[in-house]
Amino acid sequence: MSDAPPDDCLARNDWICGEYLSTRRHILVDAVLQHLQITVVAVAIALVIAVPLAVVARRWGWAAGPVLALTTVLYTIPSLAMFSLLLPAYGLSATLVVAGLVLYSLTLLVRNILAGLRAVPEETRQAARGMGYGPVRLLLTVELPLALPAALAGLRIATVSAVSLVTVGAIVGYGGLGNLIYSGMNTYFKAQVLTASVLCVVIAIVADLLLLWLGRLLTPWTRAGSA
Amino acid sequence: MKTLTDAWNWLADASHWSGDDGIWHRLQQHLVLTVVCLVVSCLIALPVALVLGHLGKGGALAVNISNVGRAVPTFAVLVLLLLTPLGQYGEGPTVVALVLFAVPPLLTNAYVGMRGVDRGVVRAARGMGMTGPQMLWKVEVPLALPMIMNGVRIAAVQLVATATIAALAGGGGLGRIITAGFNLASTPQVVAGAVLVAGFALIVEGLFEVAERLAPAWTRGRAG
Repeated sequence: MSDAPPDDCLARNDWICGEYLSTRRHILVDAVLQHLQITVVAVAIALVIAVPLAVVARRWGWAAGPVLALTTVLYTIPSLAMFSLLLPAYGLSATLVVAGLVLYSLTLLVRNILAGLRAVPEETRQAARGMGYGPVRLLLTVELPLALPAALAGLRIATVSAVSLVTVGAIVGYGGLGNLIYSGMNTYFKAQVLTASVLCVVIAIVADLLLLWLGRLLTPWTRAGSA
Repeated sequence: MKTLTDAWNWLADASHWSGDDGIWHRLQQHLVLTVVCLVVSCLIALPVALVLGHLGKGGALAVNISNVGRAVPTFAVLVLLLLTPLGQYGEGPTVVALVLFAVPPLLTNAYVGMRGVDRGVVRAARGMGMTGPQMLWKVEVPLALPMIMNGVRIAAVQLVATATIAALAGGGGLGRIITAGFNLASTPQVVAGAVLVAGFALIVEGLFEVAERLAPAWTRGRAG
């Protein structure tokens, strides 16, 4: 029996370590799940709030200024500060991180959806009205679908930004992979920091590609020209 | 409401403003960090963007760098650099992480601005016998200036906001007030720190807004 420490990559504190991946797999899976959960919930809530805001800003011109100004100011607040400002309301919880991310995603989504709605040609709207479309039907079947490419571009940016911002949630203990980066920093655990960082980027890229693919699926008419 | 009053009281306490952990010192660190990173980022991004924009090459590269940049968490980059030998050099890792973060918006905006210059104007300048550098400095850059400055503005505001993250890794700046508040479980201090950073970011945004409103008159004055 020897008491010498095992000479593996964990003991040597290497950056890349297969041993780490195999022994801490459940920790990594939990962190990835938390990361995904926080991102998806936040972006979904932001989308649900952003669409009506953009529609209101489009329909009534006077509302556009205040809506854009408010969302821009929210975007200016630093993430660390945002999470701390919301602290009294939500306490140390995942809800806190979600709430902060919702506020960030709003700016990007409202701006892009509004730009998309504004870009709908006036002739198209008039043609639909001439065919007897009411305001609601016009919005749902003509304007929103035509605004879809711009909205999806905003959704991609918002999602990618959210994935990377979740890491800052580590300050309250709900940062998904950020938690591993944070604790890895304090213990000087290189493999953990690198693995978690790489996973963050992989999640962001995969999410971006998924949304790109979804966009192509939902807007077949945008490809008609190239086919 | 009570939290806000407590935060206000925390800010009103004169002892919180002085000393090495005081607000003035943290504000100064934050300002220096932001300005240094902004200058370094501009020195890296703008020459590349202007030359690529002038030549009309590498557009996809500029945009892709910007997209990839958004996907990489600044916090992760900061911690990764901290664990490398670079970590021994005080604020070194923070500066590198923040510069990496600020370069993409500068690069994209300046490139798009350069490409957005009316081709007819550029052809006219060439027809008048202007050389490449003359066209760049006398025609393209002045016309692209609003877009270039917009990139600088975005980068500056994002830098102020993101410099806070340095505190998570033990760096200086206003973020330290927030993280110290977390460690002391002092909500008033956390909220006070958050208000300070947000206020700083809004002031920077406001300064650019003022500069932008003053700028057109100045440009017109030179052109006329």
